[in-house]
Amino acid sequence: MALDAHVPGGPLEEKWERHRSELKLVTPANKRKRTVIVVGTGLAGASAAAALGELGYQVLNFCVQGSPRRAHSIAAQGGINAAKNYQNDGDSVFRLFYDTIKGGDYRAREANVYRLAQISTQIIDHCVALGVPFAREYGGTLANRSFGGAQVSRTFYARGQTGQQLLLGAYSSQMRQVEAGRVRLFPRREMLELVLVEGRARGIVARNLITGQLERYAADAVVLATGGYGNVFFLSTNAKSCNVTAIWRAHRRGAFLANPCFTQIHPTCIPVSGSYQSKLTLMSESLRNDGRIWVPLRQGDLRRPDQIPEEERDYFLERRYPSFGNLVPRDVASRAAKAVCDEGKGVGGTGRSVYLDFAGAIARDGEALIRRKYGNLFQMYEEITSEDPYHAPMRIYPAVHYTMGGLWVDYNLMSNLPGLFVLGEANFSDHGANRLGASALMQGLADGFFIIPYTLGGYLAGAAGARVDTDHAAFAEAEEAAAARLNRLLAVKGKRTVDDFHRQLGLLMWDYCGMARSAAGLRHCKAEVAKIREEFWQNLTVTGTPGEFNQVLERAGRVADFMEFAELLAHDALSRDESCGSHFREEHQTEEGEARRDDGRFAHVAAWGFAGVGAEPVLHREPLVFERVSPSQRSYK
Amino acid sequence: MSEGVKRINLTLVVWRQAHGRAPGRMAAYPAQGISPDMSFLEMLDVVNDQLALKGEDPIAFESDCREGICGACGLMINGVPHGPGRGTTTCQLYMRSFKDGDIIHIEPWRAAAFPVVKDLVVDRSAFDRIMQAGGYTSVNTGSAPDGNALLVPQETAEEAMDAAVCIGCGACVASCRNASARLFVAAKIKHLGVLPQGRPERGRRVMMMVEAMDREGFGNCTNEYECEAVCPKEISAAHIAFLNRDYLRARLGKK
Repeated sequence: MALDAHVPGGPLEEKWERHRSELKLVTPANKRKRTVIVVGTGLAGASAAAALGELGYQVLNFCVQGSPRRAHSIAAQGGINAAKNYQNDGDSVFRLFYDTIKGGDYRAREANVYRLAQISTQIIDHCVALGVPFAREYGGTLANRSFGGAQVSRTFYARGQTGQQLLLGAYSSQMRQVEAGRVRLFPRREMLELVLVEGRARGIVARNLITGQLERYAADAVVLATGGYGNVFFLSTNAKSCNVTAIWRAHRRGAFLANPCFTQIHPTCIPVSGSYQSKLTLMSESLRNDGRIWVPLRQGDLRRPDQIPEEERDYFLERRYPSFGNLVPRDVASRAAKAVCDEGKGVGGTGRSVYLDFAGAIARDGEALIRRKYGNLFQMYEEITSEDPYHAPMRIYPAVHYTMGGLWVDYNLMSNLPGLFVLGEANFSDHGANRLGASALMQGLADGFFIIPYTLGGYLAGAAGARVDTDHAAFAEAEEAAAARLNRLLAVKGKRTVDDFHRQLGLLMWDYCGMARSAAGLRHCKAEVAKIREEFWQNLTVTGTPGEFNQVLERAGRVADFMEFAELLAHDALSRDESCGSHFREEHQTEEGEARRDDGRFAHVAAWGFAGVGAEPVLHREPLVFERVSPSQRSYK
Repeated sequence: MSEGVKRINLTLVVWRQAHGRAPGRMAAYPAQGISPDMSFLEMLDVVNDQLALKGEDPIAFESDCREGICGACGLMINGVPHGPGRGTTTCQLYMRSFKDGDIIHIEPWRAAAFPVVKDLVVDRSAFDRIMQAGGYTSVNTGSAPDGNALLVPQETAEEAMDAAVCIGCGACVASCRNASARLFVAAKIKHLGVLPQGRPERGRRVMMMVEAMDREGFGNCTNEYECEAVCPKEISAAHIAFLNRDYLRARLGKK
């Protein structure tokens, strides 16, 4: 089946404006009668709840955390892009659009990306009004910096805590709507089922994590803003509670999952130190603006970095990519680091890291300026490694960071299931096969503040179905399914812990679905996932009962979903028999080792339909048509 | 680092409480073969995995980002919120801060406004309710002027940011003999109060937030400065003076 993305007609520049003018409206009196469920309170979820509340909808807003402010957007460091051209350096909406679609290696939908670039400027204005303390110039204007993969300075930031400040801004407007009585908060709730009535999304079943009770919530539409699935790799820069459950449960109910193999590996993370490691820590890639990445020229060179003279160092990014140097996109930088480590030039105890060196920048700008720009990142590095980056180069290695894939959505951000909308990292829409730095925050806020308020209205004003309440049989069925799954997890009574299984799955995925993939490896991976999953259901141990606060049971449920999802990820990676962006198939590379796309066969979105656990998923293609840009081989040389 | 690093053995004495209405008690657990490069929470992960394998109930504690920014973690370690490190959260505390044979006491935040959920997990939603009372600028989406229409001097932006870095962990409350939330509230009052965007509602905001704080059962400030000492973001207690001044001014009806 070919998917229709419902992209409006007309020239690219006018599509969104025209669409907004044509979307049906819900009158203020009727908005009050409409209930919308928003699952998730990160940038996308909090901004959606706030904006929908401001319009007058009744919003039920759920999160797994104890407070909405703790959603993982809070951890984003570097910044947020906007095509303001405040620096007079030639930026424009078109250039941001072009950079984003090229950065995504021509695997994103043109119209969505153009809209994102258009909206970017409004986001900055709104966040300033919310009191986000962006960095400023002495004259009081907003400061910008250039950021991973961009030749213009269009990134706005608040020290190294941009995500925190933006999320607290969105959270503050969400709290204002709670006070106004339009948003009801449900913290410590985990969505376990999507409820469909006559094919439309009409509610959810959530587990109250404090009491363990299953609760039913009905609405006129359901909005998922539940983040990415990077934790399928166990070790990632994601927070511990990031999971695939909400979108996987929706997928099992019929929502298509698109491009799951597009997973981003971030180049600047603190390397793994031991087998007990519970997560990896990212350091903003803004560090690449001033730090130079290198390894010793000679394999197995064990000298201290300060004893290796300049001529015996390989600044491999500057060497391979003279025009972008250390600022090449994330996928390119990560693969290059892996390549030099595979050649035996990696540094540190494990040989799986490269240097990120600030000696030159400190000599040029002085330690005080570097401290002002990156102080918190340097401090964080020192806390974790007990090494002082002001006096010795940092050691970094790539880690799983962001997932471009997610539930398939059309131009209105609605999935193939009517009434189910998906925002932020949870959808697949805007970043193609690779996301550029400082674009995730932009997308989350664009979706929540500026797109869903319009498109949701368009849906509700049309035929949204009759009123449904939680006594409907569909709710009872969904609740029974959720309860049965919880009981099944507790009934295994085996000998291995949840984390033990999760680590095993993660390592497998990292080895075969990480920075480099091959057909043979992916086939092996799929078979192994099935084996691990089988053992999981025979040998898992979960303590406690379902009717109480039970963190082990929470994790077990999430890992159970990862066990199913991982196979789809590997299947998608196998079926995409080309290299593009973050998806690097060893069989498809140029002589210089760069990704080689196959636009003839793969210029499409692969949206998968669920056919049963272990069964072959059903492929639905959305062809990607490029009207404005012509796909070319990415070159950052 | 490598597996050859010296390992240490510890005894944990941990607060166990089945749920909010159950009585609690301290219980001892061995933590054996701990690497100094583990974080404090990774050490608890290891202990919990061992408990789970024995069929015992693992110790409930909260954490999420594990990089010091989400504010979810927060343990009272040997009587100090977030433990011995300065300017760090519990997840940023590494076992190299302890030595072989140490006995470590671990308790939840203790405050009437932060009821225990289970073991070391407390309910901090009182902070959200304080924010609902006025921790925002009243701007609807779509109505903002151009970002550069409003000039904010660099030092003002930095001053706001110094306060805005609060992660809402509640260590300030846990450290305070009065369980006061003054530093938490002051950080928000300062952040929005110095910025031009926050000025129109400055008086109303401070009145509403202070009232909400009292309503939630947080105590008053008696200048102990414990909050500043334990704040993982090293937020200055001087912001409390700013809050007090704003509050007084608002009470007296001055702009």
